[in-house]
Parts: sequence; C-alpha cells; structure tokens
Amino acid sequence: MTEPVTVFLVDDHALFRAGVKAELAGLNDERIQIVGEAGSVGEAVVRITAERPKVVLLDVHMPDGGGRAVLERVHAKLPEAVFLALSVSDAAEDVINVIRAGARGYVTKTISGPELADAIVRVAGGDAVFSPRLAGFVLDAFSDRPGAAPLVDPELDMLSPREREVLRLLARGYAYKEIASQLFISIKTVETHVSSVLRKTQMSNRYELSRWATDRRLV
Amino acid sequence: MVNEPRREPAQQPWAVREPAPSAGVVAVAASPAVSPSPPAAFPPPPAAFPQPSATLPPQVTAFPPPLPFPQPATFPSPATFPPSATGLPRSSTTGDLKESPPLTRPRQDRMLGGVSVGIAGHLRVPVVWVRVLFCLLSLLSGIGVLAYALLWIFVPQGDSPVAKPRPASPTERRQAFGVAAIGAALAILGYAFGFGQTIGWLIGPLGLAAVGGAFIWREADDARREKWRRSAAGFVRPTSGTFWRIAGGAILVIGGLGVFALGQLDFTAASGAIVAVALTLVGVAIIAIPWWVRLVRDLSTERRELVVQQERAEIAAHLHDSVLQTLALIQRQAADPREVLRLSRSQERELRSWLYGPAGYASNTEAPGATGTLAAALAIAAGEVEDTYAIKLTPVVVGDTPMDPGMGALVAAAREAMVNAAKHAGTDEISLYAEVEESAVTVFVRDRGAGFDVAQVGADRRGLAESIRGRMDRHHGRATVRSTPGEGTEVELEMPIMGSSAGSSYPAAAGGSRPPAPDQQ
Repeated sequence: MTEPVTVFLVDDHALFRAGVKAELAGLNDERIQIVGEAGSVGEAVVRITAERPKVVLLDVHMPDGGGRAVLERVHAKLPEAVFLALSVSDAAEDVINVIRAGARGYVTKTISGPELADAIVRVAGGDAVFSPRLAGFVLDAFSDRPGAAPLVDPELDMLSPREREVLRLLARGYAYKEIASQLFISIKTVETHVSSVLRKTQMSNRYELSRWATDRRLV
Repeated sequence: MVNEPRREPAQQPWAVREPAPSAGVVAVAASPAVSPSPPAAFPPPPAAFPQPSATLPPQVTAFPPPLPFPQPATFPSPATFPPSATGLPRSSTTGDLKESPPLTRPRQDRMLGGVSVGIAGHLRVPVVWVRVLFCLLSLLSGIGVLAYALLWIFVPQGDSPVAKPRPASPTERRQAFGVAAIGAALAILGYAFGFGQTIGWLIGPLGLAAVGGAFIWREADDARREKWRRSAAGFVRPTSGTFWRIAGGAILVIGGLGVFALGQLDFTAASGAIVAVALTLVGVAIIAIPWWVRLVRDLSTERRELVVQQERAEIAAHLHDSVLQTLALIQRQAADPREVLRLSRSQERELRSWLYGPAGYASNTEAPGATGTLAAALAIAAGEVEDTYAIKLTPVVVGDTPMDPGMGALVAAAREAMVNAAKHAGTDEISLYAEVEESAVTVFVRDRGAGFDVAQVGADRRGLAESIRGRMDRHHGRATVRSTPGEGTEVELEMPIMGSSAGSSYPAAAGGSRPPAPDQQ
C-alpha cells in the first residue's frame, strides 16, 4: 500500500465534522488519514494551503460563499488539491455549481462510511465520483430536449452513447464493478467514461447547463 | 481632511453616505476665503445658510459673524455636491470606499451628533484629530460648525442592522438636483443683489428658523420619527410626480426671483416683504427636502426590515410545526430504532421538499407546482414505501411528464416493486431511477438484497404477476425482472408515452421556468 490519502474536512457544523471523523477513523482504513478540519471559508482556505491535503471534503452550503468560495480560493494557491463535495443539499443547482467550479465529485451526507472512504480514495486517484443523484442531474442537463439550442461544441456538448449508458447505470445505483460487468468493459474503462462526463460537465457550453445555472442565479 | 477630496470624491451628486460632502464642505468653505466672489465657478450662495452653524454645537458662541456676510459662500449649499461644481476631482476609485467602514453617525461614544466619531472611523484616524480639526475650522468664521451641521444633517445614523449603505438612489439624486437648483437660484439672487446689506436683517431670522427646523428634525429620536413618518407616509411616497414638483418649484423660484432681480425693481420700494416671502418659501423648501430624503430612506429601511421579519416568522413557524414536533416524537420513541429511523427519514424528506422542492421555499415562485407529474407521483410513492417499511429509498428522476392512466399504472407498478424489495430483499436501501424519454418512460427499481431465481417464481405469485406485469401489460407497457440470488434484484418497467409528439413529453423544458431537476422529493 502506498502512503495514505490525506483528507481535510470543511463543514460549518462541528457535529457533522466530528461524525465524519469518527466514522472514517472507525473504519480503520489505512488508505485514509484525516489531517485537519475547518468550519468556515476563511479558516479553510488558510488551513488547507498550510496542510496541503490530497483530498478536501467540502460542504456546499456555508456562510460567506459556501464550498464554491473555498474551491475557487484554494484552487488558485494549491491546484493539486482534489475536492469532493459532501453535502446534505439535493438541489440541482448546488450540485452542478460545485462540479462546474471544479469539484471531482459529489456525494450526499447520507453516504455510508465505507462508500465515503472508497469515494475519497477514488478521487485521490484522479477519478470522478458521481452519486446516483448527480448522475441523474447530469443526464438531465445533457438530455436532448426538443427545442434545445444548437450545440456550440459537439465534442463537449454531447455525451457519447457509452457515457450515457454508464451514467444511467450510475443513476440506477450500480457500483463501478457492476457497471463494468453489465457493459462487459473493465472498471478502468468505466472510470474513464465517468471522468470524461465530469470534464464535459465542467467545460460544456451546453445551453441547458448555462440556462439552468442562470435560472437559479448561479452565474 | 485636506487630502480628502482626492481620496474620496463624490461618486454621486448626492452621495450623502460617502465622505464627499464633507470634503466638499471643507474644500468649498475654504475657497471663498481666497477669492470671495467667483460667481462663475462657484456662485456665492445665498445668505440664508451661514447660520446653520449657529445653533449646532454649543461651543460655538461666536455665531454672529463679524460682518453681515463675510463668507457668503461658506454655505456650500446643495450646489456643492455635484463634484463638477466644486472642482473636486472625480477620478478616484470606489475601491477605497469599499474597504473603509461606511460613513455613519454611530450612537455610541458620541459627544454631539456622532459626526466626528463617524468620520474618524471612516477615515481610520483618531477621533481627537477630527474634533480638533472641527474646532480649528470653527474659528475660521464658523466653517467647522457649518461643516459639522451639514454632516449632522446628511450623514445617516449608524447601527441599523438592515440598512446597508448604498449609493444614492435615482430618487435621491433627483431630490439633490432639486436642492441644487434652489441653491443656484439663491446664488443668482444673492449675486444680483450684490449682497445688499438690506437683506441681512431678513436672513438672520429666516436662516435661524430654517436651521432650527433641520436641527429639530435631526434630533428627533427614532420613536418620534416613527410617528412623524406614519403621519407623513402618504406624503413621502416617491413617485415620478415628485420630480416634476421639484423641478417645477425650482423653475418658479428661479424664474420669479430672476424676474425680480432683472426687473431692476427699486429694492426699497418693493420692500422687504416680497423678499421675505420668497426667502421664507425657499427656507421651507430647504428644511423640507432633507427631511423628505430621510423619510424616504427610513421608509425603505422599514420595509426591508418588515420583509426580513416576515420571512423569519415563516421559517420559525415551519420549523416548529415540522422539525420540532418530529424531534419530540423521536425522543419519546427512542427505544424503537425502527420508528426513529422512520420518523427521521420522513422528516428529512419533508424538510427537503420544503427547502429544495419545486414548490418549496428556495425555489422560484413562478415554478409550477409539482402535482400531477410523474416525478411528483414517484416521489410520493417512494416516500410512502420509505415510511412504511423504514428503508432508505433514493429516487432519481430524469425529465418529467404529466400523469395519465398509463403513467398511473407505471407508478403503481413501481410502488409494488419497491414494496417487494422492501419486504423480501432484506436490505435497507433501494434505488429508484426513472428516465423520461421522448416516447417512453423507463423506471428501474433496484436493491442489493437477497435476490431470487426468476425462473422459480410460480405464476401464482400475485405481487409480481398481477400488480407489476399485469398492470404494465394493460397499458402497453413492459416489465422485466432481473435477479441473481445473493446479488439483488432489479425490476425494469417501461411505459410508452401516450400520443406523445416530440414536444409534449417534456413539459418542464417547454414551460421554461422549471429547472430540469424533477427528482426533488
């Protein structure tokens, strides 16, 4: 085993931070080591730049700009940090917001401890992590609705059939391993597809995504 | 204070919350001392004003100036507020303004009106300096007193938690122009008279009265102001009509006084009466306008506070009815983990839908209610199953479509599939995924529980056969069950959308206002 993934926890609820720490510690997972925590945007930016963790578990809803503010400010100083959004919010705009700001994944706070540990290790390895809900949102935003504006960049603004297939299975609650066996591809290929979907979500000019964001006053 | 104009010039003609007026006051007040009457650049304003200083700080006893009008221009008059009139540079940035605290008059630590404390805080200098400066300036024929008085009048009181300083509104700017016009008129008048000594005796009392009015208003406490505001509420509503009233009034004043001055009327013959009347009117206007400005501002503050209060009350009421009640229930049922789970999940779902749902607290108000669509029906069904069987069920729905008999059957079948999974799978988590496509809706219900051998299920098993397959078949739908013992079960349900054209299957997209996030519970 290589050295453990260093994890930093950002959430404005101390109780929740304590809960996540206890849960991750209780797993005795040697892949993960929690190196710090912060309860506000300012504190998070300072301490993350000091601790230089590999993965930041980031709450989406916080005073002073929320997770997005942390993401943007840390990213300028410490581009190698990887962000995994961990939030109680189900709102589509929150999810898409942090993803477009650069988070490598989004999981809800109801996720179980082992799943969270897996997700952390996975984003640390450069993969994207989609909860079923996030997969649903992305599918929704990329769906080929009648009346959608013409695509600006077809390469970015469309999901390939395979990516769509993978996303659907994710939304149906399949694990990567199950997706791989269902589609007769390797887990690595599944990860490639998911990363590609993430990239498209972050970079797409797609009309639906921007309109969605504009409707919800995100841009 | 000397460098003030460079640092913080007025961005708006009437930027009363910025320090510009103070800068203007001092800079302008100083200039006439150098060149007593430069009418072109800075028309010497009327004498009605120098007196404000008199009534203000008690230490200023040297109220009567040595000469009748030694400093006619000391009153910066509203005309000084437009930076162009004072020659103040306009080029500074607003960046400075953002960083220093807004110029307000705090209620704590103040000696008189809190002007010095406010300025000191704003400029980040010791308050003693500011006070000393005011005192020194007061020695210059009362300039400091005048500046203090004007700041007292125009700088808003601080400590209001809601009212954030903001740039002058168009209304305030219009009012500023009105005041400026009157000031200009007075200046013309004064110039035409060549500062005739005759009006001196008129001006004194009038000015006193005017300043007295402003002073009283200024001193009025919040409670009293509240009362006045109510009585005057109808009067102060800012409308476009007020602009015309101001402009009209200003034109009349300018015109009337201009005619008076240009008509070369024999001043003594016309007697002081006309002048007195005109100046009284002007004085009244000058008293009334700052008062009015304040009223408008206070009213909008009040309105903002009211909105915040109502919102707070609504949130409190909702939390009380839902979350608090559930927490109480959970405490009572603490011995029953299943019941606790059920209660907390059900409450979580309710709170989520209130916070994030299509018709919820945080959504756009114009969003149509979620009732009558597939996504809503599935969410309700999932909620019921979650409650009844105390399992975790996360519905994810992509797209949406209106309910019809086929969709009703689909929801019923999906519900049955969820119930089956909850009852038999022996797991505590079920995934529900629904995707609305152009011509059909597909629903997947999946668990990672016990699973079973599909081939072994007898045809007589009513749940699967009748409630799921039968329902789907009757509406031209299709049901597929995949299950592996030990790995779980997935039920796939597909229902064609009746009479769907390409456009009608996405009412959410066609409607435009509803974001494509139908899987809110």
